Amino acid sequence: MPVATPRRATSSRAPEPEEPQPRKLYRSAEGRMLGGVARGLAGHLGLPVVWVRIVFLALFLADGMGALLYAVFWFVVPLGVGGVDAPRSVFETTLDGRRRLRKPDKGQVFALFALLVGAVTFVSNVQVGGNAGRYIWPTLLIGLGVVLVWRQADNARRAHWMEIGRRRRMLQIARGMAGVALVGMGLTAFLVVRGSAAQLGNVLTAALAVLVGIALLAGPWLVRMTQDLSEERLMRIRAQERAEVAAHVHDSVLHTLTLIQRNAEDAGEVRRLARAQERELRNWLYKPEGTGKEESEEPATLAEAVKRSAAEVEDKHGVPLEVVVVGDCPLDDKLAAQMQAAREAMVNAAKYGGEGGAVQVYAEVEGRTVFVSVRDRGPGFDLDSVPGDRMGVRESIIGRMQRNGGTARLRSAPDGGTEVELEMERAADA
Amino acid sequence: MTEASGASGDGVERRVRVVLVDDHRMFRTGVQAEIGQTETTGVEVVGEAADVDQAVTVITATRPEVVLLDVHLPGGGGVEVLRRCAPMMGAAENAVRFLALSVSDAAEDVIGVIRGGARGYVTKTITGADLVDSIFRVQDGDAVFSPRLAGFVLDAFASTDAPPVDEDLDRLTQREREVLRLIARGYAYKEIAKQLFISVKTVESHVSAVLRKLQLSNRHELTRWATARRLV
Repeated sequence: MPVATPRRATSSRAPEPEEPQPRKLYRSAEGRMLGGVARGLAGHLGLPVVWVRIVFLALFLADGMGALLYAVFWFVVPLGVGGVDAPRSVFETTLDGRRRLRKPDKGQVFALFALLVGAVTFVSNVQVGGNAGRYIWPTLLIGLGVVLVWRQADNARRAHWMEIGRRRRMLQIARGMAGVALVGMGLTAFLVVRGSAAQLGNVLTAALAVLVGIALLAGPWLVRMTQDLSEERLMRIRAQERAEVAAHVHDSVLHTLTLIQRNAEDAGEVRRLARAQERELRNWLYKPEGTGKEESEEPATLAEAVKRSAAEVEDKHGVPLEVVVVGDCPLDDKLAAQMQAAREAMVNAAKYGGEGGAVQVYAEVEGRTVFVSVRDRGPGFDLDSVPGDRMGVRESIIGRMQRNGGTARLRSAPDGGTEVELEMERAADA
Repeated sequence: MTEASGASGDGVERRVRVVLVDDHRMFRTGVQAEIGQTETTGVEVVGEAADVDQAVTVITATRPEVVLLDVHLPGGGGVEVLRRCAPMMGAAENAVRFLALSVSDAAEDVIGVIRGGARGYVTKTITGADLVDSIFRVQDGDAVFSPRLAGFVLDAFASTDAPPVDEDLDRLTQREREVLRLIARGYAYKEIAKQLFISVKTVESHVSAVLRKLQLSNRHELTRWATARRLV
């Protein structure tokens, strides 16, 4: 059954720069200085970042308009990874491909410098205004604090999809705290400036009382809401998983059932279909998470290879193969040869011994030795009586094993079935 | 386990009372039809149950010798039935013995019911004759390992680098390992006995020893195994 690839939410992923997709405005999470607004805009408009930054700076100098605009952008536009690459690649070609020395970094240094200069001019400009100057520093402090906290929130969000290591957590917390402290200081300064310092104590007590009151009133409700939210999220994830399973099971099982109804007279075909469906369902249901449920790629380990061969033989010959694998190891050349021999043995068992019941396939990795046994309950045969021109067993199984440094033993008794034992040492490096 | 020795061999001399626990009525009917002809198989189905509560009630009321127990059941699964029936298991004369019967391929399901006290585990693809044979074996106090269970156990006990906490329990002897390996390869007890030049009785005692180790061994190895397989 064609496995429906588990779809991930790809909407927030960066579109490749070459793809002519409709560009959506995102704040850039990469190579940003503050909120990534300028870079995001630049990406969106297809302009060099520096231009956008210069415009912002100029607006900033015009009585702080730029700062306001920037803050609005930061607040409204979602964080994303998009829109970064177009301008950046322009810069990259001008250098010899050294990533560290890329020009945007230089541009950033320049921009930072320009920003500093601008800020100083701005502040000194405004301070001439006398009385207003008393409000400037608190405002700046609050602004800085807010910027720090917002950036922190962005980082947390980004870490969500980028899985940034945990080692930076302390730094993140410290930054968040610093932001809060700055805002607090700014607010306090406001209060101090507005009233007299003597009132500070009163005001602080009142503020604290209000805060505690709000916490007491809203606390339980907030806690419940967060719990509800996380529960709802969990439910949604579960529902999604269930929907995925349902879609998968639905399609393939219905398909198989239809085929079975259509082939009802052909017992062999019905059995084959049912077995194939059963195997795939099992594979889908019981395979540990994260090992990948795709059937298309080449098997990389012994267990996978054995199971794959057995499944193919089962499909082709309509005889059930019961597979037991103990241990696992990566495939190397010698093991690949062993797998081919094993497959040959499975085909023989299915062809000539399938009437006696399921064919037992057993594979075991013990230390360096890999052992495979294929056993059927068929009529059995006498190897010596097999005509010399029938090369199946001699060449494909025994010969192949010997050429690769392994051993093959064949036990076959009339009415006792046939058993093929294959033993191979793994390559040393694996 | 392809030979139906026990029951069909002895004919009707022996009787075993069985309770079927499975939430699929179709499956219960099928099993009933296959093993329930008491005259020929010696198996008498004295009760059926579809979920955990029913199972406990029926088992307590009928005191069967063997319970065929599905792993997945509404109400907590086979493990829950085993937990609540634990007082009835024991080694007493009229002890109830459990044989797990499941379609599940998941190692944690299988190992779970075995550790819960089931005397064996067979898959639902088993033939009627083999199932009857297994039921009698469980009645005798023997363990019943399907090839797949043998594979799981070998896997769980295999190649442990860490020194086992309890040498006697956390390790399989060479012989037990050989026996398990042959079971995993699809050999019947008789064939194993022939192959290893031992008696069938000895094979049975090895298998029972493995089962005991599986049920009693400290959780260390099994947990490690399950973790390695991302089962827990």
